[in-house]
Amino acid sequence: MAGLEDLYREIILDHYRAPRNRGELPVPPAIRVEGFNPLCGDEVILYLEVDDGVVTDVRTAGQGCSISQASTSMMSAAVKGQPVDEARRLIHAFKVLMSIHESKLEGDGDDADQSADLTGVRLGDLEALQGVVKFPVRIKCATLAWNTLEQGLDEAR
Amino acid sequence: MIDVARVQADFPILKRQVHGKRLVYLDSASSAQKPIQVLDAMDRLYRESYANVHRGVYTIAEETTAAYEGARAKVATLVNAGSASEIVFTKNVTEAINLVAYSWARANLREGDAIVVTEMEHHANVVPWHMLAAERGVELRWIPLTPDFLLDLTDLDRLLRGAKLLAVSAASNVLGTLNEIRLLADAAHAAGALMLVDAAQAVPHLPVDVQAWDADFVGFTGHKMLGPSGIGGLWARPELLDAMPPFLGGGEMIRDVTATGFTTNDVPWKFEAGTMPIAEAVGLGAAVDYLTGLGLDAVREHEKQLTGYALDRLTERFGDGLTIYGPRDLEVRGGAVSFLFENIHAHDISQVVDEEGVCVRAGHHCAKPLMRVLGVPATTRASFYVYNDEADVDALIEALAKAEQFFAI
Repeated sequence: MAGLEDLYREIILDHYRAPRNRGELPVPPAIRVEGFNPLCGDEVILYLEVDDGVVTDVRTAGQGCSISQASTSMMSAAVKGQPVDEARRLIHAFKVLMSIHESKLEGDGDDADQSADLTGVRLGDLEALQGVVKFPVRIKCATLAWNTLEQGLDEAR
Repeated sequence: MIDVARVQADFPILKRQVHGKRLVYLDSASSAQKPIQVLDAMDRLYRESYANVHRGVYTIAEETTAAYEGARAKVATLVNAGSASEIVFTKNVTEAINLVAYSWARANLREGDAIVVTEMEHHANVVPWHMLAAERGVELRWIPLTPDFLLDLTDLDRLLRGAKLLAVSAASNVLGTLNEIRLLADAAHAAGALMLVDAAQAVPHLPVDVQAWDADFVGFTGHKMLGPSGIGGLWARPELLDAMPPFLGGGEMIRDVTATGFTTNDVPWKFEAGTMPIAEAVGLGAAVDYLTGLGLDAVREHEKQLTGYALDRLTERFGDGLTIYGPRDLEVRGGAVSFLFENIHAHDISQVVDEEGVCVRAGHHCAKPLMRVLGVPATTRASFYVYNDEADVDALIEALAKAEQFFAI
């Protein structure tokens, strides 16, 4: 059975307690994008500065549960300074991580079947959020920041 | 007083464990657990005499019809209806209110008319009126709250001017607030409006007398009062039910059908199209018997004491770290206790206390207009019923202390 330590890994609690990249950026040149989960009231606001195909700066605001806020913080740290293409690959990889595969729920850890274009994508600390899939109602908390980022990158195009 | 240990023995689910801990169920405002008497009544019906109602002339069909109509009579007695025919079975309060919105309101309200609701309503008593408002150009007016989480009736007369309906919950599912239904009904009637009461959180917890309320429509639901899900009801004044057009069309609700039209059945069957949740109605009847056996006065007294204990202990233990949204005065509140705790999101609290076997609700409790008024995205809610005791409150407090430790910044 999934225990709390699967969900609330220390690195997640660390990002929740000390969120990275909190704040705002002047709009424009930055763009501001909002994500909202009406079911639980989680709110993520992202300020993205995209320059010459690179996410040069990210700031985050909003409020919500530990998972949504930690995921927002970890996302901001992961994509800041990355090329937009790489950020999109991270978004994809994160969504794959969050998708519920029977094998993952049973914990056999066979992740080798992920789509080929994700080879080389390194999730690093973000892997800590994988425990969330064992708590299906919390998946949307973890994905909120990433869906918001995707929306922002689309708008920045 | 209620003998809680004896009550607990009647609820099989309370014997189970969650995460190796005793199950502490504090979400009865969402849905109540079921005693063996209710489970047995439904099981017995299915095993011994199940058939459709009002149709067959054979023995088991007659037995089932008698059980179904017997349940209606029990519900009528519970809420002091004038007769059993004033009780229409629906699937829940939501359907009861929609029945009024689609049948009575659409026959009687037109553009420029107004409906008055309150800021503490559940979505079930908001959205049907929003839908009507959008369709008919009906105005929705809101009774605000006082800082003590009661209805602010200062402007009631002005709000009711020209209104056709006042729709109010008897007890708030978030704040616990008990509203003064008779006073509100009198004000509504003086203004020429009818009075609809969402009694979802009242009928399970305190004596309800629809005649003493002088209400016009009262909706209630079975699953919050120890009965099964899928059955609830609408009480309405008989002359209103007679005059109202049918809601859903189909079998059972007709007297005659021809190639060119139909005539309707008598009340209440006029509003019970198709095969109804028969076993659920019988289960509800058994739930009514159970509650009546305990006595609704005793139920109310038990919850008042337990809520008082919870409010005192929560404040004692956590002080300013815990903010309660609801009245402190036990005379004007029921057993739903909503709170914010140490800036920890309600979902995180609910997740951590679940690890201790404690079930509390986290979220907006289907009352988003109220959440906006309170200025909070979500609250945690513990709610009490006949099977809860002080040990459950203590378990909640210990679990909250663990959550506090877990998320300490």
